[in-house]
Amino acid sequence: MANLTVEAIELTRLYGGRAAVSDVTFSLQQGQVLGFLGPNGAGKSTTMKMLTGNLAPSAGSVKICGIDMIENPKEAKALIGYLPEMRPLYKEFTVDEYLTIAARLHNVSGKHIKKAVEHAKERCGLTHMSKRLIENLSNGYQQRVGIAQAIIHNPMVVILDEPTVGLDPIQIRDIRALIKEIGQAHSVIVSTHILPEVEMVCDHVQIIDKGKLVFNGGIDVLKQQRIGNKLLVGLRNAPAASQLAAIAGVAEVEPADGMWRIRFQDGTQPHEAIVQAAVQQGWGLYHIAPDQTSLEDVFVQLTYHETTNADEAKAA
Amino acid sequence: MLNIARKELKSMFASPMGWIILALLTFSFGTYYLNGVNNYFEVMSGSIRPAERIGVTQFVGQTVYGLASFIMLFAVPLLSMRLISEERRSQTMPFLFSAPLSISEIVVGKFLGLVVFLSILVVYIAAMLSTLNIWADIDFGYIFANSLGLLLLVSSFAALGLYFSSLTAQPIIAGILSFIALFVLMILDRFFAGDPTSTMLKFSLMRHFQSFAGGLMDTADLAYFGLFILTFITLTIRRLDADRLRG
Repeated sequence: MANLTVEAIELTRLYGGRAAVSDVTFSLQQGQVLGFLGPNGAGKSTTMKMLTGNLAPSAGSVKICGIDMIENPKEAKALIGYLPEMRPLYKEFTVDEYLTIAARLHNVSGKHIKKAVEHAKERCGLTHMSKRLIENLSNGYQQRVGIAQAIIHNPMVVILDEPTVGLDPIQIRDIRALIKEIGQAHSVIVSTHILPEVEMVCDHVQIIDKGKLVFNGGIDVLKQQRIGNKLLVGLRNAPAASQLAAIAGVAEVEPADGMWRIRFQDGTQPHEAIVQAAVQQGWGLYHIAPDQTSLEDVFVQLTYHETTNADEAKAA
Repeated sequence: MLNIARKELKSMFASPMGWIILALLTFSFGTYYLNGVNNYFEVMSGSIRPAERIGVTQFVGQTVYGLASFIMLFAVPLLSMRLISEERRSQTMPFLFSAPLSISEIVVGKFLGLVVFLSILVVYIAAMLSTLNIWADIDFGYIFANSLGLLLLVSSFAALGLYFSSLTAQPIIAGILSFIALFVLMILDRFFAGDPTSTMLKFSLMRHFQSFAGGLMDTADLAYFGLFILTFITLTIRRLDADRLRG
């Protein structure tokens, strides 16, 4: 458990008796990128606010690099860079002015401010926007300024609440690369709605639903669930299902939109056998591909699972 | 703390608002100053008894400082209203909250920013009156007492304005509320003029400024302004802390 950068211990937040976040416990190590997923109103932003000290937890505690957020808020906050959902930009300033203020507020020493501002601009692709008023920037560029503001003091932990909202595909790609880059040396927590994004940039995933953590693990676990053990096969002269099922390794065959979904037994790879059988018997094979359950499905499964459990609990 | 103050000053000068208010106030003080100087000889030549004859510092000072204390009643709410409510409205509060700063530092920093801006005017008035020294032998003690009084008065205005600004997300509402509150505090002594022993009189901001205006520095008045500022700053800190606790 070396280099824990973020520790959240039994975080709970009540809003007038209703728990927006309850009992969320997790930790993050240096060099990890954590994806924070959840449907609307699940408590993602509330959790992030608590992590950054914008909101006091009703119970539980947050430690940033071992420093308690409640006992030593100043020291802990100095280690965090935070981009809230609503970009906190002073629109009357230019990009340079704003970033200088951000650097100063985060205790960047006088001589390094200029360098820090230049560096942050470079990383976020803002160098040619230095003298523009933030007000006059496009949505995407404003978002970049928001990210630049969060990384200007080179914090140990960067927390970004939906960082790619409102960006065009190229910018999204840049930002993802940036997140990955920051993630190598520091820790990053990213909340998002966009599931493929999680797969691309994160190595840890948390899914939160109705204030509770329903999934917490490596991205590989999620990917495994996703790729699964199914093949989607399209045949022009389809044989009877029993003939397909007879191929070694095939566990189950079911029709799906004019194609066949073939589930195979664990540890077997019947792909070749299927192709050979198709060629030999002239089934007219035109499509064979792994049948991916989309991440959305996994997501729905996980969150839906929780609801049914809760319903059962209620019924009991 | 100083960084917050710097930021506030910068944002006041980033919009035309700060410049316009400075220009307008400078213009009106200048006009009153000129009028005061012009009228001085006229009035003094009319007053024959020695008791009616007052020094040029006091004569001109009275006009200018009298106007200044009154005009600040309008100017300070205009400036203070956006201190916190604007941050709430544009959702920039998290920017400050997640910086390594305590809430007290944020509040005091904002207060200082505004006071520094206002002290530009106070210094300016003092400098303007000091130019009289070229032709006459003026009473610098009187100017100093008045400047200090005016600075304390506007700082009190600023503290109250800051508190009202922390209550709402609408700068205009904050401005109107603080204007009303200040106005009531200013004219309290008019309401209770009939009863000079009334405790309510003690709350009147204007009454405490009066002694400074006469060139008198009374520790009781200093304490009043000090406590007034401290009270509203504490209230503001508590208000913002409640944000963090209750969300």
